[in-house]
Amino acid sequence: MAPTLTIADVERIAALAQLELSDEEKTLFTRQLADILAYAEQVQALDTSGVPATAHVHVGHRAERDDEPRPSLPVSEAVANAPDAATEAGLFRVPRVIG
Amino acid sequence: MSLLDRTARDIRDEVTAGRTSAVEVCTAFLSRIADVDPRLNAFTLVDGDRALDRARTIDRRRAAGERLGPLAGVPIALKDNICLRGMRTTAASRILDTFVPPYSATVAERLEAADAVILGKTNCDEFAMGSSTENSAHGPTRNPWATDRTPGGSSGGSAAAVAARCAPLALGSDTGGSIRQPGSFCGVVGLKPSYGRVSRYGLLAFASSLDQIGPFARTVADAALVLSAMAGLDPADATTAREPVPDFQAALTGDITGVRVGVPRAFVSEGVDEGVRRAFDEALDTLRRSGATLVDIELPHAKYAIPVYYLVCTAEASSNLARYDGVRYGHRASLSRNDDLKTMYNRSRSEGFGVEVKRRIMLGTYVLSAGYYDAFYLKAQQVRTLLRRDYERAFEHADVIAMPTAPTPPFRLGERLQDPLQMYLEDVFTVSANLAGLPGVSVPCGFAGERLPVGLQLMGRMFDEATMLRVADAYERAAGWWKESPPI
Repeated sequence: MAPTLTIADVERIAALAQLELSDEEKTLFTRQLADILAYAEQVQALDTSGVPATAHVHVGHRAERDDEPRPSLPVSEAVANAPDAATEAGLFRVPRVIG
Repeated sequence: MSLLDRTARDIRDEVTAGRTSAVEVCTAFLSRIADVDPRLNAFTLVDGDRALDRARTIDRRRAAGERLGPLAGVPIALKDNICLRGMRTTAASRILDTFVPPYSATVAERLEAADAVILGKTNCDEFAMGSSTENSAHGPTRNPWATDRTPGGSSGGSAAAVAARCAPLALGSDTGGSIRQPGSFCGVVGLKPSYGRVSRYGLLAFASSLDQIGPFARTVADAALVLSAMAGLDPADATTAREPVPDFQAALTGDITGVRVGVPRAFVSEGVDEGVRRAFDEALDTLRRSGATLVDIELPHAKYAIPVYYLVCTAEASSNLARYDGVRYGHRASLSRNDDLKTMYNRSRSEGFGVEVKRRIMLGTYVLSAGYYDAFYLKAQQVRTLLRRDYERAFEHADVIAMPTAPTPPFRLGERLQDPLQMYLEDVFTVSANLAGLPGVSVPCGFAGERLPVGLQLMGRMFDEATMLRVADAYERAAGWWKESPPI
């Protein structure tokens, strides 16, 4: 059974997802997410006991490579898109973390 | 024939032989864009200076007797979620409205190494989430065949640009049909390669177990040309396959005698628009007359592909999009002195993301959260295995599988925006190729209703793009729809 969604559920998920929702968005998402989950619920009718999960479809794949240093992005370019950077020091500036 | 109507191969041959200059070609397409794009909104950015500069270099190198690459002087547009160093890349999101990548996607580097000329970036649904190119911070793209309708999505700008002769080629990305469905809606070829065939380095990630980059072109041969130029192992993307890359051009022999085309009759029997059904049946007939053998196949779990897809892709998206937090790039909300880090994250994300992106992040967060993970996410991954097995069994009896690309012709702008579930159902025939990792291609197969394009989708075995493209090319030659052009 798909659980019934409440505004409180939507607020809880938004907090996990680091989103601030307006009251309209909360109402809208409560209805729409419930609709989508009710539709998605049909997968639960299938018997999948003993069926392995597919997380990706890689077949016989070796992704390792030798651990050799290679050129990487210069710090000045890495911070160039930051909304607030201490470019000289090569740092991203953010608001305080601890009160 | 006007330069604009030429195929990429023709243009390449003309430029290589010195009968036309790369600058002449580039100028013609830039002027076409200036002419029609105000009515289409297919581009988010056109960099004519950069393109002409590249074209001049190619002409100079030819004059100096240098051998040019396989895409010599051919203009191409990139979907705006593919990075090009120094060119703004937004993924059609407010959260990246000022982002200028410090590096290029591997595909962009390989295309330029093949002497293609990048014209600019094309519009799409925000972070490739949508089936209509309406979820864009840059406004919707319009369909060149009927400007009150959508070009499909999410790579609608790329499809519209190629259909409207604004570029002979474009790149898109396909997570659940985002190349093939707009290909169908705009009457052009849209190709999604096998998972692992093409590097995603420099593609802004949406759902990493599903995303693939692929080309739009007017002909199958042109799409094969681009695939050959981009495919293969990339040390910068650990998901690229070591599989050898065949010569896709050489595979297009025109001979499909005895090739078995599987048709999942039960799966395609419901919910398909009448005009689409007629075009699809005629396409099957054409394939049969061209020498292919039609065989019935069963895909018993295909009807679960949409719920599985939306559970898997939203879960992956909620994780991938966690990186947009206002720290290293992108939009940061203006804050007051007392606001803390968490407020900055939350407010920047809420201001920067559009409603569909928020909806998917919410859904993905929910299905991954404690108490629901097993019932939704894990279950979806198990059904994904059942779906893969369906295809493995079907490919014991068939060499390629045929179905309509989309259940409908292009729908009207705004028609489905209020009901996300309706919009998701548009992807019914495309998502399973992504879930199973298989290659798929949409080829124009006629029109429904008032001259609205319809696409035939062909799917191949994993890493067997060659057979799939051979059938698509033979169909295209027999049917001839590729010669049609939109009224714009």
